Amino acid sequence: MTLDLSTLLAILAMAAATIFTRVGGLVLIRYVRIDERRQTAIEAIPPAVLMAVIAPTAFATGWAEALACAATAIASRRLPMLASVVVGVATVALLRTAGL
Amino acid sequence: MLQQSRPAGEFKAGMRAIFPLIVAVLPIGLVFGAVSATKGLSPLETTLMSALVFAGGSQFVAMDIWTHPASWMGAGFAALLVNIRHLLMSASIGTKMQSFAGIKRYIAMLFLADEIWAMAEFRAGTMRLTPAWYAGIVTPFYLAWVGSSLAGALLGAFLGDPAVIGLDFAFPAVFIVLVMGFWKGPETGAVLAASGIAAVAVHQFVPGVWHIAAGALAGLAMAFWKGRAREQAA
Repeated sequence: MTLDLSTLLAILAMAAATIFTRVGGLVLIRYVRIDERRQTAIEAIPPAVLMAVIAPTAFATGWAEALACAATAIASRRLPMLASVVVGVATVALLRTAGL
Repeated sequence: MLQQSRPAGEFKAGMRAIFPLIVAVLPIGLVFGAVSATKGLSPLETTLMSALVFAGGSQFVAMDIWTHPASWMGAGFAALLVNIRHLLMSASIGTKMQSFAGIKRYIAMLFLADEIWAMAEFRAGTMRLTPAWYAGIVTPFYLAWVGSSLAGALLGAFLGDPAVIGLDFAFPAVFIVLVMGFWKGPETGAVLAASGIAAVAVHQFVPGVWHIAAGALAGLAMAFWKGRAREQAA
């Protein structure tokens, strides 16, 4: 159980940066008035950010990942979240085993 | 309309809602712990990072660029870049925290990981977001992340490659289910298309995590443009 000083400093710097980004938005909306158009934009944030996170996996990694993403999306229209995730994970495992 | 149950019930409902993500986060935490062990971090250092930073993406990026002795500027700047999306996310969820009195909003924000934020946004779409429900999703998720990081650091060498059984796909799968939940019609489709195209294009040509910022901004621009077109048509 060692704790190196430079490692501790690096961890604290990462924590400070993360706290800044997490609290920053909350401080921001205290000083910026939210009109209707800004509200529309704020509502677009969740799908836009999530899509940006998964897009490289879905469209630029390989066929197994792309098809598993499609299978997950289709499953999510009928099944609860955990079941849809299982469908996606099983699909990607099978396709990788098949060499895709 | 908005049924308000007791805090204990809200807390339990939150724990039930986060359960699939707990299942998804355990293997990721194990992998993070194992990776950090190969980079020479002690189990204590690994656990401290997971507990204080609590943002998986930036922790993996830090492991990518880790040196000995560690560079606090390098690690701090990488964390800032990877997590800059949290600014947008906290601005968005902050407008839905009417039930959070004063300092509670700020405390809640300290635990705003991607998965926590996405679940909270999803909840706020149908129900009033309460501090008890939020605590119900944060507590088990936080403990699972820190605990699985520690376990991965201790077990490290014994773990195989999680990609073989597709476990690395658990997070993208969860995010896809959440994206589908935000569908509100063709305008959502336009936002998703703009974000996806921009993210893939930037991912192809720019190393690092700029594709997340690019996709988010492209989606926002599309929402702005669609909103203005609707105003002019009216």
